[in-house]
Amino acid sequence: MSPPLEHDYIGLSEVPSAAVGGGEEGALNLKATELRLGLPGSESPDRKDKVGLTLELLPRGFVSGAKRGFSDAIDGAGKWSLASGESGSEVELGKGGGLFSPRGEPVAGSSGGQGTGGKDAAAKAAGQERKGAVQVGSSVGDDRAMAPAAKAQVVGWPPIRSYRKNTMATNPSKNKDDADGKQGLGCLYVKVSMDGAPYLRKVDLKIYKNYKELSSALEKMFSCFTIGQCGSHGIPGKDGLSESRLMDLLNGSEYVLTYEDKDGDWMLVGDVPWEMFTDSCKRLRIMKGSDAIGLVYNFLSQLRGPWRNARTGTRHNAMLEKGQMNQIPVT
Amino acid sequence: MTYFPEEVVEHIVDFLGSHGDRNAVSTVCKAWYQVDRLSRRSVFVGNCYAIRPERVVTRFPEMKSLTVKGKPHFADFNLVPYDWGGFAQPWIEAAARGCPGLEELRLKRMVVTDDDLELLARSFPNFKSLVLVSCEGFSTDGLAAIATYCRGLRELDLQENEVEDHGRQWLSCFPDSCTSLVSLNFACLKGEVNASALERLVARCPNLKGLKLNHSISVESLNKILARAPHLVDLGTGSFTIDNRSETYHRLINAFFKCKSLRSLSGFWDASPFCLQAVYPICTNLTVLNLSYAPAIQSADLTKLIGLCFKLQKLWVLDCIGDKGLVVVASTCKELQELRVFPSDIYGTGITAVTEEGLVAISSGCPNLNSLLYFCYQMTNSALTTVAKNCPHFTRFRLCILEPEKPDPVTNQPLDEGFGAIVRSCKNLRRLSVSGLLTDQVFLYIGMYAEHLEMLSIAFAGDSDKGMVYVLNGCKNLRKLEIRDCPFGDAALLKDVAKYETMRSLWMSSCDVTLGGCKALAAKMPRLNVEIINENDGTSESKENLSDLQKVEKMYFYRTVAGPRNDAPDFVWTL
Repeated sequence: MSPPLEHDYIGLSEVPSAAVGGGEEGALNLKATELRLGLPGSESPDRKDKVGLTLELLPRGFVSGAKRGFSDAIDGAGKWSLASGESGSEVELGKGGGLFSPRGEPVAGSSGGQGTGGKDAAAKAAGQERKGAVQVGSSVGDDRAMAPAAKAQVVGWPPIRSYRKNTMATNPSKNKDDADGKQGLGCLYVKVSMDGAPYLRKVDLKIYKNYKELSSALEKMFSCFTIGQCGSHGIPGKDGLSESRLMDLLNGSEYVLTYEDKDGDWMLVGDVPWEMFTDSCKRLRIMKGSDAIGLVYNFLSQLRGPWRNARTGTRHNAMLEKGQMNQIPVT
Repeated sequence: MTYFPEEVVEHIVDFLGSHGDRNAVSTVCKAWYQVDRLSRRSVFVGNCYAIRPERVVTRFPEMKSLTVKGKPHFADFNLVPYDWGGFAQPWIEAAARGCPGLEELRLKRMVVTDDDLELLARSFPNFKSLVLVSCEGFSTDGLAAIATYCRGLRELDLQENEVEDHGRQWLSCFPDSCTSLVSLNFACLKGEVNASALERLVARCPNLKGLKLNHSISVESLNKILARAPHLVDLGTGSFTIDNRSETYHRLINAFFKCKSLRSLSGFWDASPFCLQAVYPICTNLTVLNLSYAPAIQSADLTKLIGLCFKLQKLWVLDCIGDKGLVVVASTCKELQELRVFPSDIYGTGITAVTEEGLVAISSGCPNLNSLLYFCYQMTNSALTTVAKNCPHFTRFRLCILEPEKPDPVTNQPLDEGFGAIVRSCKNLRRLSVSGLLTDQVFLYIGMYAEHLEMLSIAFAGDSDKGMVYVLNGCKNLRKLEIRDCPFGDAALLKDVAKYETMRSLWMSSCDVTLGGCKALAAKMPRLNVEIINENDGTSESKENLSDLQKVEKMYFYRTVAGPRNDAPDFVWTL
């Protein structure tokens, strides 16, 4: 993964192209990040290692180079799917989205989404569009950074029905205080949907300590987009929308991670401190950039929370100053 | 050959309970086939793709009860992609056309839509019983249709389904004239339910025996319901939280006190230890107790409750009961037949988990135990051997050690000998799930001794193809085999392909089976549907580029007389 950059909540700051994955070939490292079809074990030529596409939270990475992957991906007809790794270290991303190699080397993988997506996704997915479903040929190899290693998670293991997992997750013990030092069940499952995907996933936000871990896990789950990364305290750094950034968003070739908060509003992920986010996040949605423009625009025009007012105000002004506001079409 | 008039044959055949026996009768001769065909009332289809619905309906026109199962078992653990298949629609449509007298439909792991439910509700005037287990694809709108149109409905049993919530009004759709309900289970519904409509419904159904509420039903409501239906036999409580010493609590105790017929309790969503005490009055009558959705109840309170349940036959708990709690179970529940211990901490930090000690205690206290599902932190060969000696009556034995490939912690050996003892001792074993560190040896034992084994689940086990071959060679009654993450490859798969026509299905995922091996199997066995679930692969062009040497992510094959199915999604490739 590229080194984290300063968080820009809109994610439209200029990013040196070398920082985008595969820098030695230049910013548009499309070859390395090109998604291809392949069965498990198939070697893609020209691919040094299986480059996982970084999923980073907004705003970083919205540069043209970061277009790697999903414009190609969207072209691919076919089902939403996740690839397996090569045979030697067979890493499976089934619906569970976890990583493991066979014969018992469970690899810390993406998380709580494992095992919970299935049945829950069904009803939702029934209504979702399957066109433009992303086909992912990139696979998750051993070279990838591990998600929180504390809990090794294997797809579909332990063999507990997803109904039970979901039920226990959504009805956690209300009397945790009574239970002395009882662990587990402090979990917070939220649904994660991705535009164009036929089914949803679920992740347990309590497993992650910060946005970086969440993004890395989501990346493994839906490894085909790039979203900006935020700083550790989640407060956006740079202001300002760059023109190229906006154009990328408008092209609809990018994805944006958003969430629905307690008030029912859709917010960009990465703005608030992590704890505040986990407290208020009800569900996650990986939106197409073109849809997100409207969100961004809404966001700018609705001031929420004291800590945002100042920034938004600043940003708002900055944009006006740069005369770029007029260029943003309202979707 | 003595001549038996058909009426006599029919009369005799009517005594045959099991589907297997009936199936055998039907193969004797054409006359007997006809007799069975026209007199069969209850039809069981273990794999919805093994036969076309129309054929079933044509063959059994007098069918009253139909059971159909869809997705493979591993779908429960999210190993099967969402839209793999298992659609109820063709079955309901075929039955609507050919079997309007249908009274009962039971579906498991199938995709059922609201349209399907509406068609069902409108097509069968005598419809009495709908049981949906682990299904998905429908919403409360579908339930509303069932409630509205199924006059004389006796049973609506929704077990662990994923149901989309479209509002609470479905329950009000039961007309005032509906007084026939015997069993209603909506515990799996996530949304609100109209509590007063429920209370009225319960009040007008004098035959109501089973009622399982969802978490939205408060204790206040429960009180009213119990007051109306003290004759309940099977109760699933709603949310079970109340304030200390409140009026509600006292009413609850009184209500339970009056439920003299209550034998089975479940639910306990959000139950707190205090609330549990309200149940004490009826504990001594309980035969079934499911506390597996009550994570807030700790071992001490669990054991206080269970310590009163002398007649318990079936117990489902969370592992927070601990080994010590299981000792209490063992000393109290002498008639225990089925025990399920689920993990409360799914990510297995092992803090409150149970170990082999709990299981050994149970086995020594409960010799009638015949069904076990046990998620534990560790297991030893010695413990398994003791359990095998104490409980020779196991028909279902499923052991899940939370950490894959974990050896015996005392000896550091694989658990081959322990499981070997189980299969040697339990001559009636029909279902087995193994876990922990296991070599090919355990499969040799299984093949040698598990003569009646019908279903075997294997994960992270074995060393070589020999393991799988031992099982396929040995277990004559094997019907379902499911394997994940084992080093079994083409050689094992192709060793004895004729065997597969004697089985319902075989699932292999993350093993060493290659595309070439699967193709070879499909070529040799035209009456198997060999499905490759390959989530990378959607287009036919890329299929041509695939090498036969590539390993297959997920393979599922099943015997069928229906040919390749026409509803397979793109990522399912039938060879």
